[in-house]
Amino acid sequence: MSFNNLDTLYRQVILDHYKNPRNRGQVEGDALTVDMNNPTCGDRIQLQLQVEDGLIQDAKFNGEGCSISISSASMMTQAIKGKTVEQALRMSELFSDMMLGKEIDMDAMSLEDIEALQGVSKFPARIKCATLGWKAMEKGVHDDSAAK
Amino acid sequence: MNVHEIRQQFPILQQNVNGQPLVYLDSSATSQKPIQVIEAVNAYYREDNANVHRGVHTLGSRATEQYEGAREKVRRFINAPSAAEVIFTRGTTTAINLVATSYARTKLEPGDEIVINEMEHHSNIIPWQQAAKATGATLKYIPLQEDGTLSMESVRETITDHTKIVAVTHVSNVLGTVNPVQEIAKVAHEHGAIMLVDGAQGAPHMRVDVQKLDVDFYAFSGHKMCAPTGIGVLYGKRELLDNMEPVEYGGEMIDFVDLYDSTWKELPWKFEGGTPIIGGAIGLAAAIDFLEDVGMDAILDHEKKLADYAMERMTAFDGMDIYGPEERAALVTFNLKGVHPHDLATVLDAEGIAVRAGHHCAQPLMKWLNVTATARASFYLYNTEDDVDRLIDGLSKTKEYFGDVF
Repeated sequence: MSFNNLDTLYRQVILDHYKNPRNRGQVEGDALTVDMNNPTCGDRIQLQLQVEDGLIQDAKFNGEGCSISISSASMMTQAIKGKTVEQALRMSELFSDMMLGKEIDMDAMSLEDIEALQGVSKFPARIKCATLGWKAMEKGVHDDSAAK
Repeated sequence: MNVHEIRQQFPILQQNVNGQPLVYLDSSATSQKPIQVIEAVNAYYREDNANVHRGVHTLGSRATEQYEGAREKVRRFINAPSAAEVIFTRGTTTAINLVATSYARTKLEPGDEIVINEMEHHSNIIPWQQAAKATGATLKYIPLQEDGTLSMESVRETITDHTKIVAVTHVSNVLGTVNPVQEIAKVAHEHGAIMLVDGAQGAPHMRVDVQKLDVDFYAFSGHKMCAPTGIGVLYGKRELLDNMEPVEYGGEMIDFVDLYDSTWKELPWKFEGGTPIIGGAIGLAAAIDFLEDVGMDAILDHEKKLADYAMERMTAFDGMDIYGPEERAALVTFNLKGVHPHDLATVLDAEGIAVRAGHHCAQPLMKWLNVTATARASFYLYNTEDDVDRLIDGLSKTKEYFGDVF
């Protein structure tokens, strides 16, 4: 591998989301709050979701992590905002498939930037970084429906 | 000591990773294995494999002889008074848990204290947390000094007449701190407490004499000292072990078994329920032969020089945070400003350089350092100054690669 191969991991758009994470912060008002960490490495994320009538009105996150986990969480919040919970869970499934190296329908992801994370599938040690935000989202909506 | 000859004996080091000659700087996680160890384990399974201490056939005798021979070799390696005080375990974690379960949980009461400190690995924290919870004993921490060392003054202030157990790591896997375990044991004993040492990062790198240290328990792992995974050692003083119950019941550890009661074998076998880790013990014996052939003092000396060189080059590197004291074992834990350790480890890996990134199973220490994660380069007898140079080159490239980001 050379640095050219590294570029398949660290695409410019990823570094941009890392440097300027979208939706970083706290949701105003009531929100589902999920804390999730990656116990193997210490990355942690707090995700907040505002869900009304099955629709994700707002999504924000805070946390500390590597470029992959932060950029992925940033992209995810953009992608799921305004989507139904079902759509968001479907996207999470697709994202997991993408991490396994499967071809997926990018149109269903609602955000082109996410495609940039495809390269992570070639770095098995980093897949958990990329899925951290998505796992937090899944946990949040599952805990919420269990509570209802 | 000729490090280039030593390297020749490690087949795994003779390879390219991602197109570059491998630089392995993760020996604190697990060491590589020399051909002598690989062949000893191989020969055992090819020629002598049988269960031990049972049956009268020839292979059984050979396997038993080698397994018990390994125990004697370990006894000599740590200068234990008797082979009965050398218990084979799965590793350091199992060894510490054995003491926490069999000793702490049965002997502690509310009001008693267990003393540890924040530089400990999770495996020398959690067993004591759980034992304290189960018995009502209090868990106390010796405060660390600013440079990540323990002062004897704090040790004396923390250990009291209520203290029953003091557990300290010989060498910190993150800070590289070498703790004065002999002096701490003395203080523990003055207060009637027993002292356990986590030797996972100690025994592989330096001469350990458990009688000189006068510690009550010393735990270490084979896989960090050139032996296979799955074999470790708990040394314990006989008078303590004699008064402890087994933690695993079954075959191999019994004397007589009745319908409603049973009696145990003598030491060390009462703590080795089930078919033991025969191949692992034989591998550990071969690793000890290998290390002693090189010489533990020569290894320590080599590592000291390497650590000095690494520190010299890394402290001169712009934007580097280094954790731990000046005087350290052969490892450097660090962060490069603006680059998450994961990203750093991925870029180094692309250059064929293996370092550890994460919390190193020491979350309380990460909190103490006020970081979420760090990178660590750790060295062993097969590492060279060239490896350090490659690391520095890799770090320069990492900085260059992520330099545009910030």
